[in-house]
Amino acid sequence: MTTTTAQPIALPADWRDFLALTKPRVMTLVVFTGLCGMLAAPVQIAPVLGFTAILCIALGAGAAGALNQWYESDLDAKMKRTAGRPLPAGRMDRQSALHFGVGLGAFSVILMGLAANMLAAGILAVSILFYVLVYTVWLKRRTPQNIVIGGAAGAFPPLIGWAAATGHVAALPVLLFSLVFLWTPPHFWALALFMKSDYAAAGVPMLPVVAGERATRTQIGLYTIPMAIAAIAPWALGLTGVIYGLTASLTTLIFAGLALQVSLRTTGAGDTMRPEKRLFAWSVLYLFILFGALVVDRWVIS
Amino acid sequence: MPNEEDLIRARQRSRSRIMALLLGGFAVLMFGISIAKIKAGQVHPKTPHHAVVP
Repeated sequence: MTTTTAQPIALPADWRDFLALTKPRVMTLVVFTGLCGMLAAPVQIAPVLGFTAILCIALGAGAAGALNQWYESDLDAKMKRTAGRPLPAGRMDRQSALHFGVGLGAFSVILMGLAANMLAAGILAVSILFYVLVYTVWLKRRTPQNIVIGGAAGAFPPLIGWAAATGHVAALPVLLFSLVFLWTPPHFWALALFMKSDYAAAGVPMLPVVAGERATRTQIGLYTIPMAIAAIAPWALGLTGVIYGLTASLTTLIFAGLALQVSLRTTGAGDTMRPEKRLFAWSVLYLFILFGALVVDRWVIS
Repeated sequence: MPNEEDLIRARQRSRSRIMALLLGGFAVLMFGISIAKIKAGQVHPKTPHHAVVP
């Protein structure tokens, strides 16, 4: 007769932990830019199909976030900001996160193909794969240019929204892609300046860790120039009206002012990094205002 | 341990409830997509199949 000892049953992860894997806060900006890309398109999409396309963008972003957390759980455990996530905190096993991410990604692409069109589904698939394979797996641990190239992943949603509505890609969504792409470096480097110690502890080669604060501040200033051009370009090229033009000019001026302040200053011991935090906060609001103005402008014109 | 088992069962139940809600929502969404596609195809057969011309 053999005796068996009772094996402890692993506690299944809570559904809130699956939700946390999708990085809901990051998703809000992705969904908003995707929605604005769709609403700025010259074709009106049926509400249920538009809703489904935006849902697919959200699910795709969630899948990319889940796969990012699956791959980076060792890094997340070393950073104060991310140590409480489901995987490093031990509330979920890695396999569940992987299955969830792959399943959600595949589901979002297939549903996009069914509800909208193959072009939108294709761009969505590319954006998920770009974020996971190019940014997370390839660049993040290897080069301080990680967020420069990786920024493309977050720039796809307006392009996807436009493609879902029209079935093709035009100059305006490409400019919106460029805007988000060029906005990413000053946005993330402002964050990296005041989270430098966290990134250094995890061994992530962010620019302030590898090249130092001075070089990062200079790069923030330099990247703001092409970003400002990309922000004004839709108006300058006659693709949008005066509402967008004036809003873009004013908000970009504020952005440039904050970036200039960050790029010129030097810090001493015990610095609270207020200008950097201000630039980071404004950069998030900036994108919301700019895309909102684009939609208002389009509606007023039409 | 009964307490741990209760916790597992409670968590399974809450996950099942969420799954049921999501599946129900998906069924409604698929129904809506089908109706929108049929309607768009009937009203404007020459426009892109998903677009509704204002």
